[in-house]
Amino acid sequence: MDVLIYLIPIALLLGLIGLAGFIWSIKSGQHDDLDGAARRILMDENGVEDEEGGK
Amino acid sequence: MEQQAISSNAEIHSEIDDLGYESLVSLNDDGEQEVYLLVSGAVCAACIQKIESSIKQFENIKNARLNFSTSRLYITWDGAPAMVNDYVRAVENLGYGVKPYDLKTEQSEVNEQERFLLLCLGVAGFAMGNIMLLSVGLWTTSAETMGMATRDFMHWVSAAIALPTIMFSGRPFFRSALKALSAGGTNMDVPISLALILAGGMSVLETINHGEHVYFDSAVMLMFFLLIGRYLDFRARKNARSVATDLLSAISGFANVIMEGGKISRVLIRDLQENMVVRVTAGEKIPVDGIVIDGVSEIDTSLVTGETMPRDIASGGEVFAGTVNLSSPITIKVVKEAEDSLVADIVRLMEKAGQGQAKYVRWADRAARLYTPVVHIFAVLAFIGWFFIGGLDWQGALLISITVLIITCPCALGLAVPVVQVLASGRLMREGVLIKSGDALERLSEIDTILLDKTGTLTLGNPVLVGDYDKDNLRLAASLAANSMHQLSKSMLKSYDNALLDVSNIKEVAGRGIEGVYGGKLVRLGSRSWCGNKGASPTNMLELWLSEEGQEPVSFRFIDILREDAADVVSSFIKDGLNLVMLSGDRENVVKTISKECEIKTFYAEKTPIEKFEILEDFKAKNHKVLMIGDGLNDAPVLAGADVSIATGSAIDMAQNAADIVFMGDRLAPVYEVYKTAKLTQKLVKQNFAIAVIYNMVAVPLALAGLVTPLIAAIAMSGSSLVVIANSFRLKIKRKI
Repeated sequence: MDVLIYLIPIALLLGLIGLAGFIWSIKSGQHDDLDGAARRILMDENGVEDEEGGK
Repeated sequence: MEQQAISSNAEIHSEIDDLGYESLVSLNDDGEQEVYLLVSGAVCAACIQKIESSIKQFENIKNARLNFSTSRLYITWDGAPAMVNDYVRAVENLGYGVKPYDLKTEQSEVNEQERFLLLCLGVAGFAMGNIMLLSVGLWTTSAETMGMATRDFMHWVSAAIALPTIMFSGRPFFRSALKALSAGGTNMDVPISLALILAGGMSVLETINHGEHVYFDSAVMLMFFLLIGRYLDFRARKNARSVATDLLSAISGFANVIMEGGKISRVLIRDLQENMVVRVTAGEKIPVDGIVIDGVSEIDTSLVTGETMPRDIASGGEVFAGTVNLSSPITIKVVKEAEDSLVADIVRLMEKAGQGQAKYVRWADRAARLYTPVVHIFAVLAFIGWFFIGGLDWQGALLISITVLIITCPCALGLAVPVVQVLASGRLMREGVLIKSGDALERLSEIDTILLDKTGTLTLGNPVLVGDYDKDNLRLAASLAANSMHQLSKSMLKSYDNALLDVSNIKEVAGRGIEGVYGGKLVRLGSRSWCGNKGASPTNMLELWLSEEGQEPVSFRFIDILREDAADVVSSFIKDGLNLVMLSGDRENVVKTISKECEIKTFYAEKTPIEKFEILEDFKAKNHKVLMIGDGLNDAPVLAGADVSIATGSAIDMAQNAADIVFMGDRLAPVYEVYKTAKLTQKLVKQNFAIAVIYNMVAVPLALAGLVTPLIAAIAMSGSSLVVIANSFRLKIKRKI
């Protein structure tokens, strides 16, 4: 049972990392256009380069 | 219509460089120019890419991103604001429509709220997962094997996760509950907030006292499921709202204003001022009420009056926003205060209709009103019963009372409506149906009477050539028609698909027709009086006359035909037991023919907008639930006053704004599709409520008896929520109707 002292904080930490990622994705507007995101994966490579070049 | 608008835009754009979009550009926080535009016609991944890369090929572009869900194109760049006109032209050259969009402030507020809900949901989900991790251990192991110290430790960890989460993610419920309480009322969020706070507080006490049962997991799970419902509900309402704002912003198109010195510049329609002089090309929609100061033309007023025959207009005549200039360019002077009693009456009626409409109470709200006091009473009864009669101490009694609050809390009830609604509106969106108000489907499912407009609703609103004609005449007429923007000329050309003749010296005579020379003879295509035959018997149909020197003039007749599937849709509605009534401003015999063709028994012809509205009032007074389908200004008051209303995609802005639902395309079938979906949606919602009630009938007695442990609460809550979600997804499985 003593191992729980380590395991529970580790589990929490991993969860918090996931949560932080989720919060970051919301703040950076990645959930604002879900339909568009579903279609953007279909764009070809040129489109991706364009995307990065434009930034 | 669409084609027409595009070609006339191109014509104007080639004349003037300045598109006028720079008035929409503003500076953002980084000192870059930014603009939001509404792009229509983007339907696939390739469209996104084409549009974005067409912008990015310009220099100094910082960012160009098309939001596919909302059709909004956001561009930022360094340089002059006027650069935006080049970007607009680039997108237009790809074949997409661009409209100005100027409502970003409201939009960002809505986005802020959506992000907040999503954040609360994410935090609650994280907390629920981690607490469950501990709870599974607590449920499966007894205190003896685990040891008291370990159990207390796990309780404390749970508390450390749950309490901040309740404080953070519970805010949407606390705020709404406080608002209701401070207004002296109560809502569903009051028992939810109570349950969250009491469960959290009581569980902390239990933890301190080394108790066996803590309800951190139940509280957080409750919050998680309810937040899913809230988020979905918000998204459904946001979609409805963004459709509404799109339609609103579409009004703010541009008008071509002739400035002093004769220069033409583009001005946003909402910025037009009294006495400005506007040029309207042939085929263009008249942007504003005004008086003609130059030019002779014909005006298609079918959207305003329902009349299919064009009206002649000359200097001094009044024209109204929403009507279409048919044959030749005119210049109008803007009159802000519409003096015409017709338009003024319609606006007045619409205001009256809006006020008179009783506020519809949604099913979920009705359920909540019943439910809230019942839950409170049960919780109080549980406490009183166990404390005074059951002989428990106050903590024990309070714990049972809290489990009653938690377990009756409406996870399933909170999901019952939003899940179905999101699925339904997504499905309808793909069919080209836009839902503008959140409760439209609910109201639609309760109708028993349908009022239909004729012109542009049952019919397409575009006249089509009918009858048999001599081949040579047809060819000559089509060859002349090819040189005109007139609606009838276009219909003429459409019904002739062979090679055209070479007619020379072509000249369009405003308000009359078109003439030219063929084979050394003068030929004319146009109005009856201009082309000759004054002796022919008058007709109710639209007609074009063709005259050739030395020959008897011949006439071509056009009628406004029914939408391809109008008769089928009407018979489907009749089969479902609905009462269909046609309302039209057109002449009696035209209406009669159409009513026979699509088998609508009851019809009213030659009705003014005011009379149409009176007919609606009549039906409503007899306690009928009325659906209105229409497209014109003359329908607008009825659309605004009916229990629920549908406008066509080609309807004028005022009608689309007044309607709850807008459908696109040439077919009428989407209307029946919406109706069926509304029925199905409502059926599923009611089933979901039934499931929630059955669940409570089992769970509440258990909770009252004090038999509910945290494990049972978790199973019951998640179980009922999953059943409700699964039931809602049947909407997706059901085949096309």
